[in-house]
Amino acid sequence: MIIGLDVGGTNTDVVLLNDEGIVRQVKVPTNQTDLLHSVWMGLEEVTRDIPPESIHRAVLSTTLTTNCVAECKLTPVGMIVSSGPGIDPECYRTGEHYFAVAGSIDHRGREIQPVDAAEIEAIASRLRSEGVRHVGVAGKFSIRNPKHELQIEEILGSDFDYVILGHRISGNLSFPRRIATAHVNAAVYPTHKRFFEAVRDSLARKGFTFPIYVLKADGGTISFDTALDYPGQSILSGPAASVMGSLPFASDAEETLVLDVGGTTTDMAVLIRNAPLLDPVGIDMGGFKTLIRALKTQSIGLGGESVVRIADGALKIGPDRQGPAMAYGGPAPTVTDALFVLGQLSGGDVDAARRGLTPLAEKMGASVEEAADRIFDHACKTIMRAAADMIADVNSKPVYTVHELLDGYQVKPTEVLVLGGPAPYFAMRFAALTDFHVTVVPQWQVANAIGAALARTTCEITLFVDTERGIASIPEEAYYQPIKKDFDREKAIELAYEMLRQKALRFGAEPGDLDVELLEDVEFNMVRGFYTTGRIIRVRVQIKPGLIHQYRSIAGMLTSYCPIGARS
Amino acid sequence: MLRAKHKTGLVFFPAFDWAISPTHPEREERLLYTQDQVFEEGVTDIDGVFEFKPDIATVQDIRRVHFCVPDEWKVITESHLISAGGAKTIGISVMEKKVDRGFALVRPPGHHAMRVVHGARGFCNINIEAIMIEYLRRKYGVNRVAIVDTDCHHGDGTQDIYWHDPDTLFISMHQDGRTLYPGTGFHYELGGPTAIGSTINIPLPPRTSAEGFLYVTENVVRPILDEFKPELVVNSAGQDNHYTDPITNMLFSAQGYARLTELLQPDIAVLEGGYSIEGALPYVNVGIILAMAGLDYSKVQEPDYEPEKIKQSRDVTRMIETVSGQIMQYWGKRREYHEKSMNSGKEFSDRDRSVYYDTDDIMETQKERIRICPDCSGVVRIDSSTDSGRRILAIRIPRKACKKCSELGYEWCEAGASEDFGGIYLQDAVRDQYFAHKKN
Repeated sequence: MIIGLDVGGTNTDVVLLNDEGIVRQVKVPTNQTDLLHSVWMGLEEVTRDIPPESIHRAVLSTTLTTNCVAECKLTPVGMIVSSGPGIDPECYRTGEHYFAVAGSIDHRGREIQPVDAAEIEAIASRLRSEGVRHVGVAGKFSIRNPKHELQIEEILGSDFDYVILGHRISGNLSFPRRIATAHVNAAVYPTHKRFFEAVRDSLARKGFTFPIYVLKADGGTISFDTALDYPGQSILSGPAASVMGSLPFASDAEETLVLDVGGTTTDMAVLIRNAPLLDPVGIDMGGFKTLIRALKTQSIGLGGESVVRIADGALKIGPDRQGPAMAYGGPAPTVTDALFVLGQLSGGDVDAARRGLTPLAEKMGASVEEAADRIFDHACKTIMRAAADMIADVNSKPVYTVHELLDGYQVKPTEVLVLGGPAPYFAMRFAALTDFHVTVVPQWQVANAIGAALARTTCEITLFVDTERGIASIPEEAYYQPIKKDFDREKAIELAYEMLRQKALRFGAEPGDLDVELLEDVEFNMVRGFYTTGRIIRVRVQIKPGLIHQYRSIAGMLTSYCPIGARS
Repeated sequence: MLRAKHKTGLVFFPAFDWAISPTHPEREERLLYTQDQVFEEGVTDIDGVFEFKPDIATVQDIRRVHFCVPDEWKVITESHLISAGGAKTIGISVMEKKVDRGFALVRPPGHHAMRVVHGARGFCNINIEAIMIEYLRRKYGVNRVAIVDTDCHHGDGTQDIYWHDPDTLFISMHQDGRTLYPGTGFHYELGGPTAIGSTINIPLPPRTSAEGFLYVTENVVRPILDEFKPELVVNSAGQDNHYTDPITNMLFSAQGYARLTELLQPDIAVLEGGYSIEGALPYVNVGIILAMAGLDYSKVQEPDYEPEKIKQSRDVTRMIETVSGQIMQYWGKRREYHEKSMNSGKEFSDRDRSVYYDTDDIMETQKERIRICPDCSGVVRIDSSTDSGRRILAIRIPRKACKKCSELGYEWCEAGASEDFGGIYLQDAVRDQYFAHKKN
């Protein structure tokens, strides 16, 4: 059996799955000030009376690191950046302990200016004396040649709790994002480590020794140990959990829009032939633009518990949430209250909902029922508009070859999967408003936890080959090897796949679950003075986000499972 | 956090799958390192910098500018439509105020493409700036436009297209034509008989450095622009004046290009040449983008940048000062020259010339006739033949043509039918129409 746990803003959902479907599902309120308690409550509840040896793995998706960043509860980090010519590295200052140092590598990975060892030693001793225990090192073009970052790491020695090197984070270009990502990883490191070690220890005390995986923002998992080294990967895993939970229900051939209607927000994502679309660069959050691999998601401040008001004569929903719906004792009218008035929801105080909507109805010059209908309609239309904007954004992504531009591939979803608390009601209205084929994800209330449970291990690598310089490098894997002149594209792809497999297994993938994909594969002849002097080959491969094979069969069974005691 | 002072749009289209030939300077690899640098610097993440996907220009867009012989598809590839489309995208974004300024980092280039196109010249097939400008004129009613060509080679194609247009100021600064392709662009080339003073050429001696480029920008280009008062300033931003460029002899730098851009304040910049693909382009382009966005570019330097080593000699300085003085004198007297030309008593002005298409090895001979019209810039008739035996008639009725010039254009067209032309083409810029009649 396997466990999936997803900490949400309001509730923490946990499921225990076996080959036949959901064995148990648990919902506990999330205590944002003590996430460990919430996680532990959930795990304890779901494993109650279950023999420890029958559980094979647990995947956790938490808001821990997201909260650290959002609430600026970050550990002081020493950032050492070497930029060389270009935009002034001061523009990317991450805080007090930020040092722009000597050292420069160019776009081909050639050393332009060496590292000044004395300068780094001075910074190291300063950081030590100021009690800074966590360090990030980022060099411009370090992914083309990690030499300087490695030298700096060596000079820093073993005195620090954590040193993260920019080139290990991602093979993507962007020096500012490399700085930000190294910083975020180092800044959440101690909190993340404390938390997960506490979870592991608590489980061990109860005799549970199953491997723990952490869900990442790209909808894939990584092993507990890998997650400790790259804690930033778990930022914003929440939306990914829901998307993965919807995956079993997307049809194979189509492009699908996934809408997760929550209390405060609606999160959107796109599936293309059953694989989620990834963000081309990395997560943007809380002012940090990063290289953290993530699903392409869009979030709007409109959910079931968004406050409804009339502003300047127009209906306005959200982006704030002041509490639950008035029907559940909340302070202000919400979209959920409109659903109560429309008779779509029950089990709450309909009169309170009506009371809440009455002043709005008066301002609108409509009956309370009409007002409720317009509110709900407005909410659905706003969500669909935002979804259309997101798809337009995906389609406006620049391409750099004549072939791709003329090919003009456009994402045009024909299907919508809806999940989240009020999913069925929204789904019906979406269907009425659009031509989409709209489906409610079965088990929509715990789809997120199911998604976490079933997600496979993912990773990506980028291989750069420069035959003129005689080098092949995979920065994330600290792979930097000489190659012969005849090294070609075929060999490059083969090498990339091999290294990807090794990395995936190290990250905790099952050998049968390596669904590889070639993301980028380009080759350039280098011509100097009318002669071809070499080739530049770039290959990017990934393990696609998806569901673990072993449990794929249970997807069908989830459809027929009827949850008991779930709150609508 | 970095925030652009001027909202700046970028189109980046390196055409990674297109080359003139595998070892040609205009090949797939040309913007590879520039892309690396631009991406690594995180330029498109800067608040206020927007990257757009290029539009694809249409055949109609080309027909506003060129006579393609025998037709458009025989002289272009899709890549040219994207390159011109990229320039158009930036023009549209500026006109629609999505951005304050924009830079189309596209290839292939276009500034050697003239009005009549039999093939490729100087790596150019169609003039991407002119295609953009004529589109903007048609769509948004833009009238006065200035083009400042800072490529190392004389922008002879753009000059040719706007030679007879008093509403388009074309200024080119370039390495002296006696020392470099295409061998034209002398300071006395000032525009056709109805548009004298709307073409300005600033030939610069070999080994001109930043000092010289910035001197002419401040002392020639800026004052002329300020007097001309264009609605739009377009920069044909070639980057082959760089001290590492393999096919030219100048000493310009990334710092210098950025400063020039800052002085010029172009609304739209369009990449032209530049073939030092590793040592110059990555840095020059980042410098230009930052300067356009109004951001600090002081640390954008080539790895081997040593300003002392690329200083121009005193001789060079003196030559530049002399030619600048002469140009400003011409500019001061342009109205006088114009009067004289218009009152010459001739109804038509003729010129014969040869145009060599180096890339495609075609020699073209043109007989051009323009009507010296008191009411408009005059209808133009071009009798063009090539050494491959092709002969065509091309007639252009200008944008603000008077009734008489319009009628004459159509009369010439009809009269041409009885002559030995393989094709007759007519551009009617008043009605935005194009007619092509091919005999064979």
